[in-house]
Amino acid sequence: MSELLELSGARAADAVRAGEVSPAELFAAYRERARADELNAFLWVADGEPAEPRPDAPLAGVPLAVKDLFCVEGVPSMAASRILEGYRPPYTATAVRRLTAAGAPVLGKTNMDEFAMGSSNENSGFGPVRNPWDRERVPGGSSGGSAAAVAAGLAPWAIGTDTGGSIRQPASLCGIVGLKPTYGAVSRYGMIAFASSLDQCGPLTRDVTDAALLLRHMVGRDHCDSTSLDFPEPIELPTADRLDGVRFGVPPELTGEGVEPGVRQVFDAAVATVEELGGGIEEVELPHSPHGISAYYVLAPAEASSNLARYDGVRFGPREGDGDLLSIYEETRARGFGDEVKRRIMLGTYALSSGYYEAYYGRAQRVRTKIAEDFARAFERVDLILTPTSPTVAFRLGERTGDPLAMYLSDYCTVPMPLAGIPAISLPGGLSEGLPVGIQLAGPAFSENRILAAAYALEQAIGFEGRPFDDP
Amino acid sequence: MSSELSSILDHIEKIEELDLQDVPPTSHVVQVENVLREDDSRPSLPRERALEQAPDVADGGFRVPSPGT
Amino acid sequence: MTPEGPAAERRYEPVIGLEIHVQLRTRTKMFCGCALSFGEEPNTRTCPICLGHPGTLPAVNAEAVHFGLMIALALECDLAERSVFHRKNYFYPDLPKGYQISQYDVPLARNGVLGDVRIHRVHLEEDAAKLVHAGSSGRLHGAEASVVDFNRGGTPLVEIVTEPDIRSAAEAAEWGRLLRATLRATGVSDVNMEEGSLRVDANVSIRPAGESTYGTKAELKNMNSFRFLERGIEAELARQEAIVRDGAEVEQETLHFDPQTGALTPLRSKEYAHDYRYFPEPDLVPVAPTEEMVSRARGALPELPAARAGRLEADRGLPPETARLLAFRAELGDYYEAALAADGDVDPRALASWVTNDLQARLGDGEDPARSSVEPAALARLVAMVGERRISQSAAKEVLDVLAAEGGDPEAIASERSLEMAGGDEIAQVVERALEQNADAVEQVRAGNQKAIGAIVGAVMRETKGRADGGEVQRLIRERIEA
Repeated sequence: MSELLELSGARAADAVRAGEVSPAELFAAYRERARADELNAFLWVADGEPAEPRPDAPLAGVPLAVKDLFCVEGVPSMAASRILEGYRPPYTATAVRRLTAAGAPVLGKTNMDEFAMGSSNENSGFGPVRNPWDRERVPGGSSGGSAAAVAAGLAPWAIGTDTGGSIRQPASLCGIVGLKPTYGAVSRYGMIAFASSLDQCGPLTRDVTDAALLLRHMVGRDHCDSTSLDFPEPIELPTADRLDGVRFGVPPELTGEGVEPGVRQVFDAAVATVEELGGGIEEVELPHSPHGISAYYVLAPAEASSNLARYDGVRFGPREGDGDLLSIYEETRARGFGDEVKRRIMLGTYALSSGYYEAYYGRAQRVRTKIAEDFARAFERVDLILTPTSPTVAFRLGERTGDPLAMYLSDYCTVPMPLAGIPAISLPGGLSEGLPVGIQLAGPAFSENRILAAAYALEQAIGFEGRPFDDP
Repeated sequence: MSSELSSILDHIEKIEELDLQDVPPTSHVVQVENVLREDDSRPSLPRERALEQAPDVADGGFRVPSPGT
Repeated sequence: MTPEGPAAERRYEPVIGLEIHVQLRTRTKMFCGCALSFGEEPNTRTCPICLGHPGTLPAVNAEAVHFGLMIALALECDLAERSVFHRKNYFYPDLPKGYQISQYDVPLARNGVLGDVRIHRVHLEEDAAKLVHAGSSGRLHGAEASVVDFNRGGTPLVEIVTEPDIRSAAEAAEWGRLLRATLRATGVSDVNMEEGSLRVDANVSIRPAGESTYGTKAELKNMNSFRFLERGIEAELARQEAIVRDGAEVEQETLHFDPQTGALTPLRSKEYAHDYRYFPEPDLVPVAPTEEMVSRARGALPELPAARAGRLEADRGLPPETARLLAFRAELGDYYEAALAADGDVDPRALASWVTNDLQARLGDGEDPARSSVEPAALARLVAMVGERRISQSAAKEVLDVLAAEGGDPEAIASERSLEMAGGDEIAQVVERALEQNADAVEQVRAGNQKAIGAIVGAVMRETKGRADGGEVQRLIRERIEA
């Protein structure tokens, strides 16, 4: 069995179809691992028996870890926040429904930064998650639980959400693959909202093929989400191992000083690998990308301040306060929200308030336009953009919690893509001092097939042995 | 909390340096219009389900202190 | 420019604008598929979306957009090329998401007109839920409790805002009735003020007569009939005028008018802050009406009151006032046209006068004539009988009384009660008798006193019990006297 648990999701599906293991056995084995989790990656593990998958189910019963941000009917879905403690939704998120319909039952709900606000999974209402590569270090965030679970072999694959980098950055810090699709490619219905115009759902997996396989069964317009779109072509499982004719752009703004030396080394090696595989490398400028953090930390908190107004102790979740109505609102929210959430609600409320809207929100929306234009111009010259995913490897727990601004600033490589609505993937490029370094590829809207193909070729060439010491 | 907010705001205010005149704001990266739903009814939740997560239920509804008291 | 004279002596004019919310008669709510509720048990028409559960998203009702376009076109507005939904953020228990999805600076339509009042804007939004004072559940922690029923929450609304073109309370009520008739004709709403499918708030201010600046306005909310609206506005105008004449300033506030007591009381501000922090709704995309959508909406509009009035004036020769009355009160107009169609011999002008004067006088206040016992065909026949001189005006009014009380056929009623016009022979005989019995009067008329003829006419009318035509009687008498 333990060799079976080493397999990627796609290979495990093959094994099930070949009769080497039954879906029930596979589920039971993963459940045992998930229950024994010492990384605090899981907030809830499924207790019942999963339904038998259809014989032709593409995902063949291979279990899926689901970030706690997704509503799953009857299952605790709390966005890792105390303000939703005990909440069990009366419905299931579309992305989860599609994947379970394709044959992947829910293994458990993974820990995360509360309401997806964070880059280290230290903002959870239920304790931080630890990085399987070094338990004194963070796994990244906000999808830290999903990333740690996959990296530690507690789940074959997982889904998370990405608003400013929350899939890609933890994938990078945990040495796995993480993909943020084109905005609108995957339905947001049932994803507890953080920043509506930026949030996207995506896979966190052991390899690029698994990411493609999950993505294939998540994309497509959903009548419940007016911002969702049909994917113009089917998602392909990549096969090419060369990059001939593919042009890569490297933006100096995202690959310069801030990148720590060990990360830079791995990145430079990846650039060299691209060239060895026949890919072209050139410099492209993204002149407004340095302002991405500022724009993001206005827009996302602004939308969040509105999205989180519904947590008021009236219809669901715990209620605090026993005085008048105002005291119920105030107590419930003061006790239920963590500091980072409160910080962003305040920032967001300020940015939207009368007299300040134009200076903050209005300007941030215009910066967003410029960032999108920068990418559009770059993609006239190159097919894909290549950067490190994160300027550093996983940092220590507690290292940055005293300085939120420093935490925000480390998102500068991942934040521009959601602002432009374009897709991006992180795949492991190597190790620096024993810790994983992620390489990011970004492309124009709906270029996922090209991104996956390039990532696959790189992945094969790099040959990253992506398993930390996997005793959970 | 407030000193952290101040330093964050200081950083954010850098966007004031940019010349953004004549740049249209992006409120939606998705360029579609008229996504409309047919006016066909779907089943509502049974009342017990609608109320089952609520902290305080009375008279078939969600009880709260009266506003303005 | 300062007006002349002290405040106490100046003349002031009212400046009134109306803000109207119309509940649409779609099958489902604005942003979810819950069926609209009509008095169901609380919280039986809800779903995760209209309850504001985490992770839910709105989806715009196509029919609500269609109805919104119909209203915009009926009000002759300019349609926005791309109108946008915005979030209006505030905390209140009847607002499950903590924001209302509405429209802000790019509404569905602008710059229309209806009658003499310009329309500022028309936009789409969702209704709030209902907060009901907790009855048997009593108190909560020693204080008053309320219970929230989300059935109504999410019902599609169209908001119509007028320019402050209205200059009197009466005009406000009359225009309100025109708007209601217009909306009722489109079929997009029940427009029933008592049930809440039509809600009218008034923004009221005053200014020195002839000025073009605006005074501070007060908002009167939720009056549930046009009569109360008129009285409420009158009361508010008087209140403001008294303040200003005293030399003080009117404060901006929201008021409730109690029609029983005539009192205006300030309403506590509903929200805890007045800054709604509007921003474009990221979960929805803009509405850009296509040619097809616009022509479908236009095609769905029936003849509207203003057009109907014009047609009645032109085709039926009705005086403008009468045409307006029949057009702006659809029930009267429908009744009139049904009556006209029922009897080809009746004179349209005479019939119009009978409908708007005599019939209306016999109906209850605001009663729909179609609900009365007077069938349209019956009234038409009656008026035709008058026109054919087969019954006098006063006898016809008696017949109408009977029709109003118990219905029936005017010919039969006139016959049963012997109300028909007296025949020529009968009248000639009665005239002869009257001349004999009023010889003195005859002498006086012959002597030149025309007025004396009245006594003889009166005698004839009394004996025929009004079944003779007064003018005809007078003519006959004169003939006989001069013969």
